[in-house]
Amino acid sequence: MSGTVIVGASVAGVRTAQALRSQGYSGAITIVDAEEEWPYDKPALSKSFLSGQSHRDSLELISKTEAASLEIELLLGTRAIGLDVAEKLLEVDRCVPIAYDSLVIATGGRARPSPWGQPEGVHVLRTLDDARKLHNDLSPGAHLAVVGAGFIGAEVASTARAANVEVTLIDPLPYPMSRVMTPEVGDWFSRLHEAHGVTTRFGVGVESIDGGRGNFALKLTDGTEVRSDSVLVGIGSMPNDEWLTDSGLLIDNGVLCDEFCRAIQTEGIYVAGDAARLMDQQTGPSVRLEHWTNAVEQAKTVAHNIVNPGDAQIHQSVEYVWSDQYDWRIQVAGRPSHDLDQVTHGDPFVQGRAAAIFVKGGALRGAVVVNWPRVLIEARKAIARKWTAQELNDRIESLTQSVSITSKD
Amino acid sequence: MAKQAKADYEACQGYANCVMGAEDYFDLDDDGKVVLLASEVPESDEPRVAEAARSCPVSALWLEDS
Repeated sequence: MSGTVIVGASVAGVRTAQALRSQGYSGAITIVDAEEEWPYDKPALSKSFLSGQSHRDSLELISKTEAASLEIELLLGTRAIGLDVAEKLLEVDRCVPIAYDSLVIATGGRARPSPWGQPEGVHVLRTLDDARKLHNDLSPGAHLAVVGAGFIGAEVASTARAANVEVTLIDPLPYPMSRVMTPEVGDWFSRLHEAHGVTTRFGVGVESIDGGRGNFALKLTDGTEVRSDSVLVGIGSMPNDEWLTDSGLLIDNGVLCDEFCRAIQTEGIYVAGDAARLMDQQTGPSVRLEHWTNAVEQAKTVAHNIVNPGDAQIHQSVEYVWSDQYDWRIQVAGRPSHDLDQVTHGDPFVQGRAAAIFVKGGALRGAVVVNWPRVLIEARKAIARKWTAQELNDRIESLTQSVSITSKD
Repeated sequence: MAKQAKADYEACQGYANCVMGAEDYFDLDDDGKVVLLASEVPESDEPRVAEAARSCPVSALWLEDS
């Protein structure tokens, strides 16, 4: 009995191990990870851990006690380097190949490297080590240039401002988080950064980064220059799938898997988290999601399907991400996009809360919610239950009414 | 034996993953704090509620032996 081998002590990997046990799996469970670090969670790395407010202990994905009591074995500092699908063997850099009955690929992703070079003082942010290094450069009065106004860049800008670091936020697109925002909603977030003293340079790219720590010069595509003490490059991530190149698995910017999270054309091999590219039968093109909640939900599906191969479950999940920036909790459900119609409720600068509902031909596609938890729940349920946009808008209207009545009492 | 659902209300940030995982056990109030709709979790519901608790991004929920 070889049991289940999980590659990656990511949230997807650790949650798969825990879900296997809570679903009654009695085989051996081994988690293999290239990092020496005890498994840690990543959302805080751009927020409370980066600021120094939360500590290493609070990032643990599982305690040592729980791992021991659930009989989950961890092989840390052990890098997966290949897979022999026919022999059911995982090849690693430290010891003889590891036999498995079921294999879970949860190797996640890594930060896209800086195309302008990465001398000391030019950072990316993905790992605990990255966060420690960036934290050391966030001293009050220092100047940080943030390249890329996606979720990571926007969160680091917020954390750095709270530490009294001067921040210039640069992105070639016209507003932050532009993959998921329309111009109107994107404008909320541009104004949010500006209101907190960030210098924004949207609509211009970076041509080069010269100099060294304490004295960087970023040349921008409009001919201007930004000077900074350090730089964060937050331009997305890439899946860790190269180790599978010779395995015969289908790889295309992620490991291709079906709706049961099984690697395509294989038996006993599952994929969860950022490394998974899900072939979506309903929406057509395949998607690779880089969301914490998706990783956790895929972990659950994978565990169920390992324990109940005769009653395999389809991975069905409403996409959901959150971001904490300044005093805003930003929550995105479903799949908003810049090319959809949108209805907004409230104004984050007036009422301190707002929601934008994204619609295509009457069909509900997604929602962006700021500081409004009740609406967030309604939106997630509405998307899961395939309500029309009108039904959700009516529901939000009625919440707004009931709130205003309460406040008059 | 039935278990008890427990919440750390200070830690809760209103992410709502628990509600999506088990809306018969968890809800959020208007301030976005978790509300336990039932604290006793019978064995038959345990895997589902345990997974909903583990889907909390800030580990504000857990099950305890009662």
